Amino acid sequence: MPWTSPKRAPTAGVPRSAGVPPAIAGASRPRWPAASLLAAFFLAMMLSSVLSGAPPENHLSVYSVAANYSLPIVQRDGRQYVGLLEVLEPLGKVSAKSEKWGWRLRYNNVEGDFQVGKTHARVQGRDADLGGRFLEENNRGLVPVTSLTSLLPRFLGGPATLHEESGRLFIGSVATHFTASLTADNPPRLVFHFTSPVNPSIATEPGALRMTFSREPLVAPASPTLTFGSKAIPSAIYSEGNGMAVLTVNASIPVIASFSTDGRTVTISPTATSAAASPPPPSPNPSTSVAPLATTTQPTPATSTPPPTTIAPGRRYFAVVDASHGGDDLGETLSNTLFEKDVTVALARSLRQELESRGIPTLVLRDSDASLSLDQRASLANAGHAAIYIALHAASNGRGVRVYTALLPFGGDDRGTFRSWTSAQHASLPLSQSAANAVAAEMQRRQIPVRTLAAPLRPLNNVIGAAIAVEVAPQGPDSSQLTAPDYQQLVTSAVATAIAATRDQLGAAQQ
Amino acid sequence: MIPRHFVIAIAVLLIAVLALSGYAWHMRKTAASTPVASTDTRPLAPPIAGPSEQVTLFVAHDTDGSLRAESAQIPMPSGRQQRAEELLRALLSLYLDKSSPHVLGAGAEVRAVFLVDPGVAVIDLNSAFADKHRSGVLVEELTVASLIHTISANTPGIQKVKILVDGNERDTLAGHADLSSFYDVTAVNQLATQLQSTQ
Repeated sequence: MPWTSPKRAPTAGVPRSAGVPPAIAGASRPRWPAASLLAAFFLAMMLSSVLSGAPPENHLSVYSVAANYSLPIVQRDGRQYVGLLEVLEPLGKVSAKSEKWGWRLRYNNVEGDFQVGKTHARVQGRDADLGGRFLEENNRGLVPVTSLTSLLPRFLGGPATLHEESGRLFIGSVATHFTASLTADNPPRLVFHFTSPVNPSIATEPGALRMTFSREPLVAPASPTLTFGSKAIPSAIYSEGNGMAVLTVNASIPVIASFSTDGRTVTISPTATSAAASPPPPSPNPSTSVAPLATTTQPTPATSTPPPTTIAPGRRYFAVVDASHGGDDLGETLSNTLFEKDVTVALARSLRQELESRGIPTLVLRDSDASLSLDQRASLANAGHAAIYIALHAASNGRGVRVYTALLPFGGDDRGTFRSWTSAQHASLPLSQSAANAVAAEMQRRQIPVRTLAAPLRPLNNVIGAAIAVEVAPQGPDSSQLTAPDYQQLVTSAVATAIAATRDQLGAAQQ
Repeated sequence: MIPRHFVIAIAVLLIAVLALSGYAWHMRKTAASTPVASTDTRPLAPPIAGPSEQVTLFVAHDTDGSLRAESAQIPMPSGRQQRAEELLRALLSLYLDKSSPHVLGAGAEVRAVFLVDPGVAVIDLNSAFADKHRSGVLVEELTVASLIHTISANTPGIQKVKILVDGNERDTLAGHADLSSFYDVTAVNQLATQLQSTQ
């Protein structure tokens, strides 16, 4: 089941074998009446239209730790079906047998019994809803594609996420995330950082560069459209379809793509001719150069913009805000209906607004109920060289706000200049403590109870730049205060003010 | 006409059915009213033998998020490893009390403590300890700091501590406190000093 290129129907022109009479080619023959030529032309056009309108063969792309592969999808009863044996085959030991009563599949030690025409199956003795009839064709068991999200966890013991419309199936936590940021060069370069190496196919067309990821489990950022506030490269759009993810970079100048850091970084640069033709740079405005994920950078207010000399050339000053937990990781259950993961997203959005209103571009790592591993969070913060990483937590225990810096684990296995992942924060810890103290001072100024502490809290110790965690508790016994917008804004405004006040220090550390 | 002996047999069977039904109903009621112990409280090991000693336990307090030193008189065995286990069990007995300042889930236990030279302590907790632990950065940090500071303050020479759950590595205690790495005792002692000040 290797990766296959989707078979496409011809999109234009008439194939030679399309049944067009050879006489059509003989239009130069003067004895053919014009009416016959016209009829032949219309016939050719109709045939071309029919052929180009033939639906392309659909595929299901499966991404897992064991293998990434593609499978054909077939249409039955108006639904999309896929062979269950073929889905499981690359993942482990699997066998299937056609019996009198139905079809039995065995994956490792898990057995599933399916009956033709039935909408339910038995897996390990438990009922499983297929959402459509089970079909058997040539001893192949076909199940609706939508049933994979309920069937596969029974067989594999782990979660499976289906992007139904685009035909992409993610088994386990295999997703590749990315950030995008624009450099302050003129003309600018757009840099994509990916959490895993990628190798997309690249196509250019006037006004756009398209990267197609057919093998990589790339997933969408918080918003599919990323805007950068640049005339040269105004935006990039993420889309998915037929088992592939596509990143389209819109550019008003000719651009090319180059790869670095073992395929984890893709840089979209102007071609030599367009770079030479670009006008001299306008007055520097470093803070408008970053548009990570869904963030739309806002014009920097003159009052809060520091002198541009504090920013290293090529390094963008921006903050990473991490809404902790998410997905299956609920965090603390704050009440019967309120989970920590929901409060942290609200706090993250509020903090982004507060930071950006102070001219600090902000990347929110989780702006939905997505699941991100701690390593992925740290990788995303490190890849962009964020000036500061702020993890947000919420708690019902205690009063006010706690600001944490990393409690580094014992030793670490540093080898020469290579730092251990578990103690990557080591060199930046004084800077983190300085930022934490600034946040605490601002909280105190606003009469919010606050403590600063070290904490064994990942991924603070994995972040190479300044990193703090802010745990917000209610000021009274009522946990519902955590959802009150005015309380959230009170806290996030204090954090943003402190970060803006330490911008020179944090920016200098980036150099 | 139904034979007499047949009628008698049916009557006897009916009486037996009614009597057994009544007995079953009674047994069910009795079982429902009998409280079921939520945890197995049977002793697994003989009582610790040894003279009572005064030790210092560092007890977490949720009300102000602090760690406070408290003296306790507990029987201590002679072996270094057994002493460390008894220390943590004494600490847990405080936390499992209803009036505890830092409540742990029922059934929380220290399965074992291993002291490995040079300077390594491995604390093996049971799954009830971690699974029933409340979630939160501070509340988890207080538990970890309390365990490590108590064992290191009373057992000289420990430099790093690893916490296992049911003998296995675990990412976090309850979603926050990292259990994947070795704790640096010096760093935890500094944290304990921070936690002993509520400001």
